[in-house]
Amino acid sequence: MIRLGVPSKGRLMEQTFDWFAARGVTLSRSGSDREYAGRVQGAEGVSLVLLSAGEIPRELAAGRIELGVTGTDLVREKLAGWRSDVAEVAPMGFGHADLILAVPECWCDCEDLDDFASIARDFRAAHGFRLRIATKYHRLVRAWLAQHEVADYQLVDSQGATEGTVANQTAEAVADITSSGETLRANNLKILGVAPILRSQATLFVNRAALDDVRPFLAQLGVAA
Amino acid sequence: MIPKRDKQAIGQRFLQAFREAGAAEVAPDILLPADTLLDLYGEDIRARAYTSTDPLRGEVMLRPDFTVPVVQMHMANGAEPARYCYLGEVFRKQDPGDERPANPRDNEYLQAGFELFAHDPQADAEVFALFHRLLAPYGLHAVTGDMGLVMDAVRALPLSDARRDALLHHVWRPGRFGRLLARFSQPVALRAFAESAAPWAGLRSEDEMERRMARLRADQDAPPLDPRWTTRLERLFAISAPMPDALAQLSDLSREWPDLAPAIGRVEERAGMLVDGGIAPDSILFDASHGHRTMEYYDGFTFSFLAPDHPGWPPVATGGRYDALTAVLGRGGRAIPAVGGIIRPGLVAELEAA
Repeated sequence: MIRLGVPSKGRLMEQTFDWFAARGVTLSRSGSDREYAGRVQGAEGVSLVLLSAGEIPRELAAGRIELGVTGTDLVREKLAGWRSDVAEVAPMGFGHADLILAVPECWCDCEDLDDFASIARDFRAAHGFRLRIATKYHRLVRAWLAQHEVADYQLVDSQGATEGTVANQTAEAVADITSSGETLRANNLKILGVAPILRSQATLFVNRAALDDVRPFLAQLGVAA
Repeated sequence: MIPKRDKQAIGQRFLQAFREAGAAEVAPDILLPADTLLDLYGEDIRARAYTSTDPLRGEVMLRPDFTVPVVQMHMANGAEPARYCYLGEVFRKQDPGDERPANPRDNEYLQAGFELFAHDPQADAEVFALFHRLLAPYGLHAVTGDMGLVMDAVRALPLSDARRDALLHHVWRPGRFGRLLARFSQPVALRAFAESAAPWAGLRSEDEMERRMARLRADQDAPPLDPRWTTRLERLFAISAPMPDALAQLSDLSREWPDLAPAIGRVEERAGMLVDGGIAPDSILFDASHGHRTMEYYDGFTFSFLAPDHPGWPPVATGGRYDALTAVLGRGGRAIPAVGGIIRPGLVAELEAA
């Protein structure tokens, strides 16, 4: 049996259902809206597992599901050495979001990462602690800043309402996922003029160990692994 | 697999040798407060050290190295000169990035260390000679460097204070250092700052921004750094040769660059002390970039002992002078000249078993 993990609610679930429907496979929730059980029609030996999108990377890596739909951002943040455990089968064309670094819009002197590095250095000297970046994407942001040799900063954990941390003075900058940038603008933040830390979208992933088992199903979907 | 007990026994041998060299043994805590380490090393330490939380003490880290607790211990109740030694585990995690490594590095291993707090110019040579003698049986390659020389070279560049400070701040980050240098070698592009109608937000004040803008405006008059200087710096960083040859190259360079003479004099003097201690100078490599890439806070003499038959290994022993670290830990009030190093008994055990 191939277990297919799909986000259990919202737009992401609906769009995933649409994506599979367009390829002749009907996914549906069985019973009421509140029940996290699902049905698969149009494919043999496939069962549907409805999960929180954030848990799908872990379940995939552990081999408790063979296929899973989730954002590339979540896989890369949550699975150290992700490429060793899972493979990207197909980008699905929705759920687009960029992980970006944003600073207060009033910082007229901050346009790129060199400015940011320089401001971080000044900030540390002036305030006696490192400039704070609020994020929940600790591994991705840290690796990216290390790669660009930005020092003099620290990450502070923010699991929600991250854009508000600057106004609340619990952070000086934020690193977060955005699709339109509207929430950032509404909070007087601007995206640094550099390529995003990561461009994410909903993606069908496979557990590497299950690759051979899922090939026929993937062929049916018209995607190659 | 070599049993941990055997590695311990080898560590004890080094510890005994350190005691005989006049060091007092100390046993720092394994759980260290995270804030000091974070302040010192920044976020990178979170990628390397195991963190945990204590309901009363907040975030703690499993000891990633001994330097910080030993320095703190000395600052709290020591007087120079002082020699300390220790033996114990350090814990390092490895964040693999996209792919899991085939052979993960040890995440828990022994360090036997020796730290010397002294104003004495002989201190560098004393520590190196001690490590050299203890490691002599293992056919290791000794590599040395001098971050003081690198920093003196930067200080001697004809640059404004602001530019010089920026370069010195990033001297341990070669990419950023290189970008700064490249920027300083070009005429400054006139920079127009966009107006913003957004209300002020956050802890960084408008004043701080104005100060930075003023600094950037003042910088617009700065003449580009003559490419000769970049060439000279590159020549300096490229020096990597047995000590006598490296000294000859340094002395060539100082004919064009007399400001380097005092720092080169220190390298020479130290080499002389090693020869007096019976170390063949030909057997020691001097690499001007040693420490420039990896070891933040080493700001003087640096050394590594590498196992030539195990290119994938980390150094069997490393060390150096880290006055910059004591300055930060002492919050500027008290900078203590400090030099020291560690040996990894686990790697020595592997060499002995081979």
